[in-house]
Amino acid sequence: MRLTRRHSSEIVEGDMTPMIDMAFQLIAFFMLVINFSDTEQDQRITLPASVLANPPDAPYEDPLTIHLTEQGQFIFGGVLLPSLDDLHNALLQETQIISRRTDKKLADVTVIIRGDEDARTGAVQEVIAKCQELNFERFALRGKKAEAPTIRSP
Amino acid sequence: MKIRHADRREQIVLQMTPMIDIVFQLLVFFVFTFKIVLPEGDFNIRMPAATGDSADPSETPVIRVRLRAGENRDLAAVEVGDAPLTGANPFGQLQARVRGMVDDSAGPGTSEQEVEIDADYELRYRYVIDAITAITGYIDPATGEQVKLIDKVRFAPVSR
Repeated sequence: MRLTRRHSSEIVEGDMTPMIDMAFQLIAFFMLVINFSDTEQDQRITLPASVLANPPDAPYEDPLTIHLTEQGQFIFGGVLLPSLDDLHNALLQETQIISRRTDKKLADVTVIIRGDEDARTGAVQEVIAKCQELNFERFALRGKKAEAPTIRSP
Repeated sequence: MKIRHADRREQIVLQMTPMIDIVFQLLVFFVFTFKIVLPEGDFNIRMPAATGDSADPSETPVIRVRLRAGENRDLAAVEVGDAPLTGANPFGQLQARVRGMVDDSAGPGTSEQEVEIDADYELRYRYVIDAITAITGYIDPATGEQVKLIDKVRFAPVSR
C-alpha cells in the first residue's frame, strides 16, 4: 500500500466571521447607549434619593450647576472652590458673562444645585442665598431617581 | 500577433484587514466615550430674593415645616406649623397631612398653597429632600404615576 502525502501549500486563514460579528454587535451596543449630552455629574457627590426625581422633560437652557460636597466645598465649572466667597466670585464672573454675551435675564437662568446627601442643609441655603444676591431666581435641587419609595405611608 | 488571454480562475479574496481595523477603532472610541449616566431629576423651586415687603395679604397662609437636627446631624423632629409629628415615620405623616390639606381626591393638586421649610443648619440634606418629596407629591401605587400635591416650596432664611 502506498500512502501519498499531499502537501497543501494554501495559506491557512482562521474564520474571522464570528469575531467581526461580535465586534459589530459591540459597536451597535455602544452606539445606542452613548450619551453626548454634557450632563454635569460628579463622582464626589452622592445625591439624595427620591422617587419623584424624574429626569426633566426638556433640558434647561444654559443652566448653571453648583455641586456641594459633604465637606461643604463647592464645585463650579469643574473647579473646586473651598469657601462661599470663592463661589461668590465665580458666580459673579458668570453673571457678567451672561449679561454681556446674551440678552437673557438672570431670573430666567436655572441654577442646578447638586448637594451631597450628607451635606449641611445650611450650606445649601447659603448657596441659594448667594445666588439670590446675584438675582438668580430659579433653582433646581437635584436628586437621584430611587426605585423603591423613600417615604413610607403612615 | 497572438494575444494571450490569460484565464485567471483564482479565487478573489476580499481584504478584511482594513475593515477590521476600522471596526476596532470605532469600538475603542465608543468604549472610551462610554459613561454611565444615572437617572437624575430635579425639584424646581422659584425663590426670588426677599424684597423686604410684607407678604401679599391675599395669599393663603404659608405652611411652615420645621426640621430639627439631633444627634449626629440626623433628623430629630418634624413640626408642621407648631404641631410636632411624632412617631417613627414623620415624613409619611407629613405627606398624609399635606394630602389632607390639598384634598387630591378630585385629581392632581393644583394648590396655590405654599410651604416654607425651616431646617436646622447642621441637618443632613437628605432629610430636606425627603421632606420636599413628601410635600410635592407621591407615586400612586395603583397607576404608578406621579400625583402632585404642593408645588411651591421655599426655604426659610438661613439660621445658625
